[in-house]
Formats: sequence, structure tokens, C-alpha cells
Amino acid sequence: MSGFRPSIEAAIPSLRRYARALTHNAELADDLVQDTLVRALRSEHLFHGGEIRSWLYTILTNLNRNRLRSLARRPTHTSIEDNDAPGTMGPEAGGRDIERALASLAEDQRITLLLVVLEGMSYREVAEIQGVPIGTVMSRLARARMQIKSFLDGARPTLRRVK
Amino acid sequence: MTDHNSPVTVDELHAYVDGMLPDDRQAAVEAWLAAHPDDAAQVAAWRALAAAVRNRYGAVAEEPMPARFDISKLARPRTPWRMIAAAALLAATAGIVAGWVGRAATAPAPTALEIMTTEALGAHKLYVAEVRHPVEVRAAEQHLVPWLSKRVGAELRAPDLKEYSLKLLGGRLLPGPIGPAALFMYEGPSGERYTFYCSRSKKARTALRYQSGGDVAAMHWVESEIGYVVSGPDDREQLAKIARTVYEQIENPPRRGAAVPLISRKGS
Repeated sequence: MSGFRPSIEAAIPSLRRYARALTHNAELADDLVQDTLVRALRSEHLFHGGEIRSWLYTILTNLNRNRLRSLARRPTHTSIEDNDAPGTMGPEAGGRDIERALASLAEDQRITLLLVVLEGMSYREVAEIQGVPIGTVMSRLARARMQIKSFLDGARPTLRRVK
Repeated sequence: MTDHNSPVTVDELHAYVDGMLPDDRQAAVEAWLAAHPDDAAQVAAWRALAAAVRNRYGAVAEEPMPARFDISKLARPRTPWRMIAAAALLAATAGIVAGWVGRAATAPAPTALEIMTTEALGAHKLYVAEVRHPVEVRAAEQHLVPWLSKRVGAELRAPDLKEYSLKLLGGRLLPGPIGPAALFMYEGPSGERYTFYCSRSKKARTALRYQSGGDVAAMHWVESEIGYVVSGPDDREQLAKIARTVYEQIENPPRRGAAVPLISRKGS
């Protein structure tokens, strides 16, 4: 139990990665991570064991959902441009295609796909984070992959070359 | 024996790509893919997709860590506890991110001692609830106090609180605001628990102060650059008495010669 803060600290790099992929916006992503950390640290006294990493992902995922809900209600000044430095892009030009393909997914499917593929979470962990049965995780994953395939088939097939 | 020709489900193909396939199905899926080029192509496409996603975002985790993610800074409450709780509740019902509410209400930064007390109260709440493992090292173990003293960087001694029927259970090491902190835990006859927290402080000395944190409360002070926090049930009178006893034991060690000063700064 004494490893609460170190465990949180250790998760920050991967939380940033997940948030970046979720929002396509570096600044917004880091805001989400910061809010997640603040929320987690405030709840330290409520935390009585369990997997800290998936708990953090759950908080971040929920905060992002709340953000999207509130965005739907009021105007936003968030830049739609990706403000990543070009150097942080993948070596292939496929980076843009994959962003657009991910953006074409329903939010729940995008979360499932990113948690599995990018964060290497087990189906069980993803089920816990999203609060759904494993069967739902499997069907979201299958639909996400199908949707991305049809999206890329319609677009330039750059993805095939990315290895 | 695995039947290499047994049908493979689509779920298993996903699990195969995601490394979630049980070992005993590995060979069956591989054999299936060798015999079914369409499925093999699909698996290859899924792998390429995974590689593309990791390729695009993987490097984010390697980026230098911005200073804003300093845990010890983030742990400082910006607004009093009750306001944060109210804001969080409001946010939860209104569907607004609590962090934004908290950020909007910028209160003056808490003092270092308030931060320490908040941490001590957090540790108190976290560990007094532990039934089986309230402490890391039990009082019976002789290395308890020397170990904590060494890590905190000050000569510590657990106060004697027998006059309140409080028995020392043991202690643990914690990350404090500016360095390691020691937490001693005491238990009374009816299971009530008090903790005594010590950590280095940047301040030299402060008065004894009271801070409530819900159903628990703390008395805190700094003496000779060491911060002390006594936490327990929110009974101000009782807590003040106990804190005063601890304070006196630190300032005036029971008997010179017979006992090492309860707590004294190393090298002073």
C-alpha cells in the first residue's frame, strides 16, 4: 500500500500516450492527465487496494467523457489542429491516416481499441475500465477493426506500408 | 492434444493478435491461419493497424516529463477540503470536469505545514482503516525507530502515550512533502487509533495548530525544522491534550540520561 504515489508516478507516461491518442491534441491530453492525477491524489484516502493503473485509466476515460459531454453544450476554443511537433510523428506519413481512421470510430470503440492495442491492456482490464462485460469489449474491438478497415479501404491504403 | 483442424473463432483471432490467446490454442490458431489465407490476411491487417497506432503514439510516453506532473505539487490541495468535495459533487452531477472547477477557484497556495498536515491526515485516514496491516514494522521490532530515524534524517522516538491508554502498534515510512516521513500508529482499548507523523520541514518553528479534516483532525507544529502532526478522531479537546503530551515529551525528554531525547535534530 505504501507504493500509492510511486505507482501513480510510474503510470504518467502511458497515461499521456493514451490521452494523446484519445484527444489528438497534446495540450488537451496533458490537461486530462493532470486532472486525472489531481483526482487520484485527492482520493488517496479512499483507495484501499486494487490495480492503481487501471483505476487511473478509468478516471481519465471518464473525465474525457465528461469533457465531450460539456463540449456538446458550449462553444469550444480548442484548436482542432494537431499541435504535436512534427518530430514526434511516426516515421511514416501513415500517422495522419491512422489519426483520421481512429477519429472515424465511435468513442467507446476508440477507447477499447486504444486500451488493447496501444496500452496493452487485457480484455478483462478494459472491461473494468469501461464498466462493461468482456463480451462487449470483444464486440467493440471487432467493430472498431472492421470500421477502420472499411475507412482505410475507402482512403489511400497507406496503412499497409506501415510496418 | 490440440486438434489443429478444430474451428477457430473470430474472437480467437482477435485474441491471437492481442496476445490474449491461451497457450493451448496457439498452435491451433497458427495451423488455422496457415490453411485459411483470408483469415491470415485479416490477422496481418490487424497487426499492421496495431503497429500503426503504436508507431503514431508510442513515442509520447518517451517525451520528457513536464514539470506540471510533479506529484508532490499536484497533491497540494488548492482549495479547502470541503470546497473541493463540493466542487467534485457539483461536477459529478453537472457532468463537468471537477479539475476545471478546482482550477477556476484559485485560492492562495497552502503553506508547507498545511501540505504536510494534509498528507499526514491522508496517511492517517488510509492506514487507520487497515485491519490486518496497519503498520509496516511492528512496535516489537527493535529496528523500528532507528530505521525511521535514519530515513527521515532525524533522531526520532515514539512518544509514550500510556496515560491515554494508547499502545504503540508500530510505524511505517511514507513519502513526505520534502522528504521521507515517519508515521507511528497508536491504538486505544476500544480500537480508536491515533497517528504521529514526523518529517523534515523548511520552517524552523511554528505554534501548535489545529486542523480538521472531516471526522478526523490533526494538531500540528514545527520544532527545530521537524514537522509533527498528531492525528486522531475529531475530538479537539482530547487531541489537544495528546498533542501537548507529545510536544512536552519532545521538548523535555522524560529523564536525562535514562532516556535519549525523544526527538532531537541530528547534529544539533
